Amino acid sequence: MSSNVLLFVTTFFASAVEAVEALTIVLAVGVVRGWRSTLTGVGAAAVVLGAIVAALGPALRLIPIDTLRFVVGALLLAFGLQWLRKAILRASGYKPLHDEGAAFARERDAAGSASRVAAGQFDWYSFTVAFKGVLLEGLEVTFIVVTFGSTQGRLGLAAGAAAAAVVLVTAVGVAVRGPLERVPENSLKFVVGVLLTSFGIFWAGEGAGVHWPGSDLAILGIVGFLAAVSFALTRWLHRRRVALAPAGARA
Amino acid sequence: MRYIRSFVLFWWNFIVGDDWRVAAGLAVALGLTWATHAWWLLPLAVALLLAESVVRESRSSG
Repeated sequence: MSSNVLLFVTTFFASAVEAVEALTIVLAVGVVRGWRSTLTGVGAAAVVLGAIVAALGPALRLIPIDTLRFVVGALLLAFGLQWLRKAILRASGYKPLHDEGAAFARERDAAGSASRVAAGQFDWYSFTVAFKGVLLEGLEVTFIVVTFGSTQGRLGLAAGAAAAAVVLVTAVGVAVRGPLERVPENSLKFVVGVLLTSFGIFWAGEGAGVHWPGSDLAILGIVGFLAAVSFALTRWLHRRRVALAPAGARA
Repeated sequence: MRYIRSFVLFWWNFIVGDDWRVAAGLAVALGLTWATHAWWLLPLAVALLLAESVVRESRSSG
């Protein structure tokens, strides 16, 4: 039960973060160059991503569960640690925070300076940028959906959580007609990094033959331990950065 | 050739990312866990690798 809730939460938030980034690209191109070719690119990328989930999900069920958990856990661990590492460096001020407003302005300027097509013609620039943006952001979501869904035997739940996140982000994006700058993207990445890494530890351990104390409940202990370590590191790095900064920069 | 290079680069970025030492440390920790079945080894290794990586990055950038 608790692992299903965590599975839903992790997939939902990871998908929401990636959807926010994809939405920024799509909005910037659509606003500047028109919607027909842009939305065709979005649709084409969605079809490719859906096909990957449909093909890989059942295929992964053929792999023995311990092998699958070890490989998936190891991949999630490597992938999740990268998110967490960046989130800690951003939260402590050693890396700039991700700014959707700035990303939107960059994409909008690039779309505006690219060569135009005549009215009524298909715009391959818009199609390609939207397709590439949605596909690249979506591949990480697809990876999470397929791995979580297959390892837990809940592909439908994982896909549903991802779909719910994408629908919610799209609806809010359409409502505000701009990039979702107020979404606490950096905080979400911190939380998702902790969750992905914790599931990675749990599954890789199970696949390697570890018997976790408390069985499935151990996942909550791992999440708590990793969250505590990450917060402690963030606070320590932040204090150190402030202490080392010149007096003028601190004021 | 360009597609193969992009494909390899995608997986390299996906698995190894910015810090190859973390990926190498994880590989060692996973191997030791496989050999010993010790439940505490992987969480402890992840915490130490994470701490070492962010502290090193903070020293080089700050």
